[in-house]
Amino acid sequence: MVSTIQVRNLRRTYGDVRAVDGISFEVAEGEIFGLVGPNGAGKTTTIECLEGLRRPSSGSVRVLGMDPSAERRAITERIGIQLQESALPARLRVEEALTLFGSLYRHHLKIDSLLELLSLTEKRTTAFAKLSGGQKQRLFIALALVNEPEMVFLDELTTGLDPQARRSMWDLVRQIRDRGRTVVLTTHYMEEAERLCDRVMIVDRGRIVAMDTPGVLITSLGADTRIVFGAPGQDVSSLSRLAAVTRVERSDSHVIVYGHGDRFASSVIHALEDAEIVFTNFRTEEPDLEDVFLSLTGKEMRE
Amino acid sequence: MMRHAGAGNTTVVHRGSSVALRSFGSLVNVNLKLFAREPAAAFFTVAFPVMLVVIFGMIYGNEPDEMFDGYGSMDVSMPAYTALILGTVGLLGVAITTSSYREAGILRRFQATPMRPLLYIAADVTANLIMVLAGMATVLVVGWGLYGVRFEGQAWSVALAIILSGTAMFAVGYLIAGLAPTARTAQIIAMVTLYPMIFLSGATIPLEVMPESIHTISDFLPLTYVVRLLRGLWFGEPWGSLMFETSVLVGVLVICTAIAARLFRWE
Repeated sequence: MVSTIQVRNLRRTYGDVRAVDGISFEVAEGEIFGLVGPNGAGKTTTIECLEGLRRPSSGSVRVLGMDPSAERRAITERIGIQLQESALPARLRVEEALTLFGSLYRHHLKIDSLLELLSLTEKRTTAFAKLSGGQKQRLFIALALVNEPEMVFLDELTTGLDPQARRSMWDLVRQIRDRGRTVVLTTHYMEEAERLCDRVMIVDRGRIVAMDTPGVLITSLGADTRIVFGAPGQDVSSLSRLAAVTRVERSDSHVIVYGHGDRFASSVIHALEDAEIVFTNFRTEEPDLEDVFLSLTGKEMRE
Repeated sequence: MMRHAGAGNTTVVHRGSSVALRSFGSLVNVNLKLFAREPAAAFFTVAFPVMLVVIFGMIYGNEPDEMFDGYGSMDVSMPAYTALILGTVGLLGVAITTSSYREAGILRRFQATPMRPLLYIAADVTANLIMVLAGMATVLVVGWGLYGVRFEGQAWSVALAIILSGTAMFAVGYLIAGLAPTARTAQIIAMVTLYPMIFLSGATIPLEVMPESIHTISDFLPLTYVVRLLRGLWFGEPWGSLMFETSVLVGVLVICTAIAARLFRWE
C-alpha cells in the first residue's frame, strides 16, 4: 500500500489547551480512514491540519507529498473537503452552488453527473435554505467532489441525520472509495466507524488511544460476548456454572450473560432448556468499538 | 490534462490563467442573482432612493434656486442620492453580508477552495458597484422623467468618482465586518455609522438648508466628501478643483483597506 498522508508528532495548541498533543499516523491510498473519539478529542483540529485550513503548532504533515499549510492552494485543487460546520447563502440554488464551486477549480466535474450521483437532480433549482438536513449534507459532499479529488475529507458527515439518511451516506462514502479515492473521515459514532472504516484511529484528549482495523481492535480487546434475554421471576443462577460463561447479571427486566468461545451461545440455550426456564427476546451482542473505547479510556463514548 | 483522460466526457478542464477570470465571473454572477432575490437589498438600493426622489420632488420641486447656485433642488439631489446608495450598499450591505456569511460558515466553505481571498473581495466589490450603478440609473431615469433633472458633467468622470467613492465605502464596510465579533454587532455598528451620516452629509437633505453647526460635523464624515465630489463632477467642475475631496476618499480607501485586510477573517 502506498501511503498518501504522513503525520509526525502533530501538535496544535490554543492558548493553554492542547487540542492535538503529539499524533503520528499514515493513511494508505484507497482506504477509508476514520478518526474516532468523543467531541473535543481533537479530531476536527487534526483533519483541518491535513486540509491546510489550520497550521500545526509543531510536527510535520505531508498530504499527497505536500505540506498543506504551506501549499494550501495546490492542495485544495487535489482534495475534497466537507466541513463540520459550514453553510451556503440561503437563496443560492443547488445547481448554482455546484457551478460556482466548480468554477473555482482548474478541473471540475460536469454538474449533471454530480447531481445524479448524489440524487439531487430533482432539487437542482431548490434554494439552499429549503433543503433538508440530509440534502444539505449531500450537496456539501457534491461540493467536496466537484473537482474530482484524489482524496476526500469528511468531518462529522452524518451528525444530525436520521438513521436512514446516515446509511445512505455510508453507501455514498463506499462509492467514493470504490472510485479509487482515499477517504479520511471523523465521527463520534462508533457504529459508523466500525461499519464504514477500513482502519480507525481512536483519539481522546488530543492523543491516540488505539489504531487498527475495527476487527483487530475488537478482537484484541478479548472482551466477552453478551447474551441478553428476559426471564422474569425465574432463577438463572445455574448459568454461572457453565464453562463458557464468565458472569451473569440480572435486572428487573432482563438477564445479561457474559462469556466467550464458539459454544457459548449454544451452551446457554441448552442450559436454559434443561432447567425449563422460559425466556424471551434472546439476543447476542458482540463487543464493538464502543467497548474498545470504554476499556481503553475508562469512560463511555456517549456524552 | 492526460491525468483525467479516463474520466471521459464527465469532466471539464480549464487552463491555468483562465481560472481566476472564470471564478471572478461566476462569483459576480452569483452575487448579482442573490442580490436580486434579496428584497431588503433591492429596496434600499433602488426603491428607497426612488421614493426619496418622488417625495422630495413633490415637496420642493425643481425650480432653479439661488441657494443651489441656480440649480433646482432635484438637480442637486441626483448626485446626493447616488452617494446615499453608495453609503447604504457599502456600509450596510457589505458589513452585514460579510459578517453574516462569516457567522453562518459560508466564508469557511469558500476558504476550503483554491480561491484567493482577494478574488472573493474583488468579485464582491464589483457586484456591489454594479448594483449601485443600477440603483443610480433608476433614480436618474425617474428624476429626469418627472423633474427634468440636469446632468452637466462627463459620464466617465462621474463613473470614475463612483468607483472611487464606492470602493472607499466598501472598505469601511469590510472594516466594520472585521471589527465586529458577530453579525448582529456588525449590523448595529453599520447602522449607527450610516444613519447619522446620510442625514448630516448632504446625501438626503442638501447641506445648504442646514445650520453652520451641522456643517462642522459634516466635515468629519467620509460620505460628505462623496456627496461633494459627485456633485462637483455632476455639474462639470474639473477634478482639479475637487482635489481635497478626492484625497480624503483615497485616504479613507487606503487606510480602511489596510486595516480591514489585517482584520479580515474567514471564520
